[in-house]
Amino acid sequence: AMDTDLSSQDRKDLDKFIKFFALKTVQVIVQARLGEKICTRSSSSPTGSDWFNLAIKDIPEVTHEAKKALAGQLPAVGRSMCVEISLKTSEGDSMELEIWCLEMNEKCDKEIKVSYTVYNRLSLLLKSLLAITRVTPAYRLSRKQGHEYVILYRIYFGEVQLSGLGEGFQTVRVGTVGTPVGTITLSCAYRINLAFMSTRQFERTPPIMGIIIDHFVDRPYPSSSPMHPCNYRAGEDNGAVYPSVEDSQEVCTTSFSTSPPSQCVFTVTKAHFQTPPPVVTDTLKVPVMGLAFSHQLSSSRLSYQPAALGVGSADMGYPVLFAGGFNAAHPHQLIGPGKEGGVPPIPSQPAHGTQADQERMCTPLDGVHYSAATPSSSEDTETVSNSSEGKSGSPHDFLETIFIRKVGAFVNKPINQVTMANLDIPFAMFAPKNVELEDNDTMVNPPDSPETESPLQGSLHSEGSSGSSTGNTHDDFVMIDFKPAFSKDDILPMDLGTFYREFQNPPQLSSLSIDIGAQSMAEDLDSLPEKLAVHEKNVKEFDAFVETLQ
Amino acid sequence: PRRTCCRAAPAMNCRAEVLEVSVEGRQVEEAMLAVLHTVLLHRSTGKFHYKKEGTYSIGTVGTQDVDCDFIDFAYVRVSSEELDRALRKAVGEFKDALRNSGSDGMGQISLEFYQKKKSRWPFSDECIPWELWTIKVNVVNLANEQERQICREKVGEKLCEKIINIVEVMNRHEYLPKMPTQSEVDNVFDTSLKDVQPYLYKISYQITDSLGTSVTTTMRRLIKDTLAL
Repeated sequence: AMDTDLSSQDRKDLDKFIKFFALKTVQVIVQARLGEKICTRSSSSPTGSDWFNLAIKDIPEVTHEAKKALAGQLPAVGRSMCVEISLKTSEGDSMELEIWCLEMNEKCDKEIKVSYTVYNRLSLLLKSLLAITRVTPAYRLSRKQGHEYVILYRIYFGEVQLSGLGEGFQTVRVGTVGTPVGTITLSCAYRINLAFMSTRQFERTPPIMGIIIDHFVDRPYPSSSPMHPCNYRAGEDNGAVYPSVEDSQEVCTTSFSTSPPSQCVFTVTKAHFQTPPPVVTDTLKVPVMGLAFSHQLSSSRLSYQPAALGVGSADMGYPVLFAGGFNAAHPHQLIGPGKEGGVPPIPSQPAHGTQADQERMCTPLDGVHYSAATPSSSEDTETVSNSSEGKSGSPHDFLETIFIRKVGAFVNKPINQVTMANLDIPFAMFAPKNVELEDNDTMVNPPDSPETESPLQGSLHSEGSSGSSTGNTHDDFVMIDFKPAFSKDDILPMDLGTFYREFQNPPQLSSLSIDIGAQSMAEDLDSLPEKLAVHEKNVKEFDAFVETLQ
Repeated sequence: PRRTCCRAAPAMNCRAEVLEVSVEGRQVEEAMLAVLHTVLLHRSTGKFHYKKEGTYSIGTVGTQDVDCDFIDFAYVRVSSEELDRALRKAVGEFKDALRNSGSDGMGQISLEFYQKKKSRWPFSDECIPWELWTIKVNVVNLANEQERQICREKVGEKLCEKIINIVEVMNRHEYLPKMPTQSEVDNVFDTSLKDVQPYLYKISYQITDSLGTSVTTTMRRLIKDTLAL
């Protein structure tokens, strides 16, 4: 190649990609630990605000924290961006669960096209991150948070610190993307030992009692950056309303060119809004916290909706301005800058399973009012039911509410587990399950179960406590990775076309030659009666097959 | 609209990945959907919009969480009802075939990504596969509720491993079809969906019946399509 140095435009683009990739990475991770299902909509017309062609919301606080941690720098060798996910119990004990690391190493790929290949691979990496954030143990924990513990996040920039994860932590690699200035690596180190730890330092703070929401805001941590709950109220009386930082409105308009192939015309512009500038964010609902609602299932939805003025139009294409300068939109609906003649997004009902979500409620505490500003369209019934609940109820109404949740994944454990937690052992709830508790649970010990051998006996019953690591040694099931011959050019130095022509006329099969043919013929004849018997037996099936052909 | 049949080209330069799972009958659908959706999440882009001078822009892909009812597991899929319906249909057929096959309960479902290569008349277009995912399924029957509960958890853990495996493969950044020009886009992508654009794919399955012979539905469809010409 003639010019291996990065052009200045490419360099600028690359830096921008890396910066927004880091911000989106943080959003994906924190949102995956909010404790609720995330849903964003596909849009066939590019809105111009969706970096990497993915609909990932931007929670303002999270962006703010990430930018604060990065302080204008980009991940580089020795300077990694880390998102630490930890758990804090109602007693005040905390434990690190995961560290997500975005690192850069020195291995450069000078040949790679920045505004095409790198961009698309970063997009792919974000998709991988979406997938991986659901399969580490902390995901299930975060889905159950609310009354016994909460999940916090902390962002820091610099050296990766894994010591808080306990012994034997595991690592999963999300992926890598080579760039001309280095290789971006995204990985997660996660704790597998969920029992209470002896080496960890307890941080005893006053226990969560009642509804002390601002307990979590501005917590003073001596030496590290402040922790933030993944689900907490913003817009509190402390006035911490996060303005949309100006360049979060920077949009990414990517055009790709196919002539000549893999050339990219890439422009990054400030958005030109035809309507009042909306924040490229979304409003999610406020969670309820505190043990006063100990029967409440984890209902963590973030809201940046201070007293809302005005009524939003039912047409989702029009952003609505609120007092706090935030956009009111449907939860989980990304509103971009004015669509130029774009098709209004066709509402897609959330997938099955959200029936349960509709029954989860959020309690608006004093100072936050859900108004009728949420668009009344029936598309997002979740919103409507939540906001109307908020309107009508005072906190006391909810104490008597009984939640019926569809039994499925992440079923909340029965209350008798709370007893365990009241013992003065930190993280008692994560201790290996006590036999006494399980005796009471008919799901685990059904009465009069017959003693039959089950195929799973070997593989399932050999594990120790549940919640152990996934490193099973009794694995009968392996992923077989086939690498077909000639799949790489360095084995056979020819391209596909040449190869095809070369090997187009293979020699005749030996089984087609006469003597061997005769031998197999004899075998065939011998097996004929058997085969005929089988076909006779299956004649109905063949008849049915023939029917389908007609 | 029915896809035009193309004759299967020899599978050269096609990478193949095989995953194996053992599940209870009622877990088959969710386990298959979890794997297929995870693969398609990585193999779908936003809709292309071609503009003049051969440039194009790409739409936005939304995603959503799906909780499984019979497995302690959750996964992310592309927000596209059409795509979800298509996968559910295929997985439903697979599940029914498994159930009707008898007590053996073994089969496999394959997701193949291919490119179309136009041929001149009278030859039909060629389908050249470039990636093949095969999920081998073994259906187990459990004796009691206790085992079922354990199975929920164990299958959930296994699926976590599969997701990690899939992501590993995706991260290798191996062959992907070149981004096509407007005239070629239908040879690389499935442009029939209104909100997302997966690479051209086809799903087929095989059931291993008690005699060890396999009835391939793809073969059946190929014959049917050929006769219908």
